[in-house]
Amino acid sequence: MKSLLEGSRAVAEAVHLCRPQVIAAYPITPQTHIIEHLAQFVADGDLSAMFINAESEFGAASIVLGAVASGARAFTASASQGLLLMTEVLYNIAGMRLPVVMVCANRAVGAPINIFSDHQDSMSVRDAGWIQLYVESNQEAVDTVIQAYRIAEACELPVMVCMDGFFLTHTFEPVEIPQQTAVDEFLPPFHFARALDPSRPMTLGGGSEPDNYLEYRAGQHRAMEQARDVIEAIDADFSDHFARGYGGLVDPYRVAGAETVTVTLGSTMGAVRDVVDTLRENGMAVGALRLRCFRPFPAQALIHCLAGAKRIVVLEKAFSAGAGGIVTGELRAALHQAGLATPVEGVIGGLGGRDLTPAVIEAIFRRAATGASSVACRFADLNSDAAPST
Amino acid sequence: MDTRDAFRHNVLTSGHRACSGCGEAMAARMVTDLIGPEAIYVNATGCLQVFSTHNQQSAWQAPWIHSVFANAAAVASGVEAALRARGEDTPVIVQAGDGGTFDIGLQCLSGMIERGHDVLFVCYDNEAYMNTGVQRSSSTPHAVRTTTSPPGRVSEGKHHLKKDLISIVAAHRMPYAATATVAYFPDLRAKVDKAMRIKGPRFLHVLSPCPLGWDHDAALSVTVARLAVETGLFPLIELEYGAVTGVTRLARQQPVEEYLKLQGRFKHLFADKGGAEEIRHLQALADANIRRYGLLDANTEWDTDRASQTQRHGRGGYAASSREVSP
Ligand SMILES: Cc1ncc(C[n+]2csc(CCOP(=O)(O)OP(=O)(O)O)c2C)c(N)n1
Repeated sequence: MKSLLEGSRAVAEAVHLCRPQVIAAYPITPQTHIIEHLAQFVADGDLSAMFINAESEFGAASIVLGAVASGARAFTASASQGLLLMTEVLYNIAGMRLPVVMVCANRAVGAPINIFSDHQDSMSVRDAGWIQLYVESNQEAVDTVIQAYRIAEACELPVMVCMDGFFLTHTFEPVEIPQQTAVDEFLPPFHFARALDPSRPMTLGGGSEPDNYLEYRAGQHRAMEQARDVIEAIDADFSDHFARGYGGLVDPYRVAGAETVTVTLGSTMGAVRDVVDTLRENGMAVGALRLRCFRPFPAQALIHCLAGAKRIVVLEKAFSAGAGGIVTGELRAALHQAGLATPVEGVIGGLGGRDLTPAVIEAIFRRAATGASSVACRFADLNSDAAPST
Repeated sequence: MDTRDAFRHNVLTSGHRACSGCGEAMAARMVTDLIGPEAIYVNATGCLQVFSTHNQQSAWQAPWIHSVFANAAAVASGVEAALRARGEDTPVIVQAGDGGTFDIGLQCLSGMIERGHDVLFVCYDNEAYMNTGVQRSSSTPHAVRTTTSPPGRVSEGKHHLKKDLISIVAAHRMPYAATATVAYFPDLRAKVDKAMRIKGPRFLHVLSPCPLGWDHDAALSVTVARLAVETGLFPLIELEYGAVTGVTRLARQQPVEEYLKLQGRFKHLFADKGGAEEIRHLQALADANIRRYGLLDANTEWDTDRASQTQRHGRGGYAASSREVSP
């Protein structure tokens, strides 16, 4: 049965169903409601976990690191400035191959400080060695959190579930919260073979040198490469259990026969789907694809879906200043590697919570469909009147 | 746990790469052998981590984890929470240098204490960032030569005072905080034993001379540590719930020159008039410790007054357990 739930509440319910033993967090908008709900579950005795109010996000990430290294299932959530404050520890968690699961309530990064949503925070830690899954809806957020523990524990890799701040975290949607028994069947208890334990003393996080550091890092990359199949298999298994699936790595929409395809991430896809429907009704051969898994980068799955497209637009909510769109660059490289010269237009939009309205998205499609030469990087809906003088 | 033979467990075993005369290695060996292998050790980045683990080799014969420089207290908080969630009470020990305690690790340490985690945090204080080549920390005493507080034509070394960390830590009104050194093993043992019988956050500050950074004869590490105590520069004290409850008294006070002259890091102070003034300043700091803690006094009622101790014991945090020492 579906209930009308705020995204943060729904995600907190999902975390609860995964039976975490340690939760550590530090408040930052728009992540706050998630941890407040979890704190309430613990305070009411409904969830028997240690809820730890960390002194910073750096501390919160370190606490879940220690908890998972001790064999406990753990959870944290953050966003924006907080996620960046965790950065050193995020790399460390991944390097030690600890299956931590966190939610990033995606938010812009200052300056100027801005609490609203874009993907600059999680994109900025894309090289940290975390699996990153971007969700489109609150239902997908719930289901992906549950999948994330299975994925993390199967691969011994940390997983970051990225959900758009406010657009998802603070929005009420009808959501089906799975039954505990069904989740227990899908997600077995956590057993960590390298757990800190006096009966089997082990050293975690010791020093390395030029003669083996490279091999550790290469091993991390291999594990990420192998995670693609695991992510797909676990999404498929999830849909066997719960009759809902999300395509594993990528989520294509009406790409068959599409000449112009827009690639995007997260909740923006909802509006993109509507625009595709409208334009298709008007006879335009358009389609869309949502990148659900950004790390590991699903190059093959993308090529498989996009091989037939004549032109591609990447609409993304983050960029590397001085270089352009991040997904744009990676997709171009993947196409090149596959021997495809499909033009890719890079569009940055929706930064700092700016709405990507159907009108803005439609204009992007129409401009691309004219076959005008693709632009390396441009900003959609840029209001030159609002720009500060420099 | 068998503590009859302090060196039997070899939790930190031989074959590691510490310098000869390393006070931190000595201190860590004493502390970890007193605690034993039935514990989980969390280490901050620093000399101890570097010399004890190397390319898949480890000198640790107990479960041991190192994450990053600043977060040892937070990692330990997570380890302890995981154990508590499973109903286990394996002791959790943090080991960190003064940089990982006084400076970059202070925020996580404060959080760990404030939240009442059942963790013993041990700071091996060698009064500078030794692992990176003897740079000044906030624990470096006044007027010391380090590579980032060099004496020069217009400077007599470090310009600022050693941070009074034990007071800062004790101000959290935590169950137990104490100072110790490698020079007084029975004192160190008594403090480790006491700390291990108490539940909640505990802090042990162990002065650990560094022959390389302090520039003294490697055979004199214990002598130097003893003089730090005997001059009054490093008082041996215990604090419970914020109040001083134990002081190791001195039979007599040594002049600070006796301590300073053994160490190259103070050599510049003996060269000119400016240095002589800094020596007088250091003597005044030692004298202030003598007065503050009554280091030359006879034992007073304060040391034994049960009523005042009981009064100090009100606290939040974790519920008392069987490991708690009754006041
Ligand atoms: C975030 C960060 N900054 C700086 C360093 C470099 N670094 C490694 S060990 C160290 C000094 C450690 O000093 P201390 O904590 O006093 O321990 P010691 O080596 O003296 O035992 C520094 C500065 C680091 N590893 N991480």
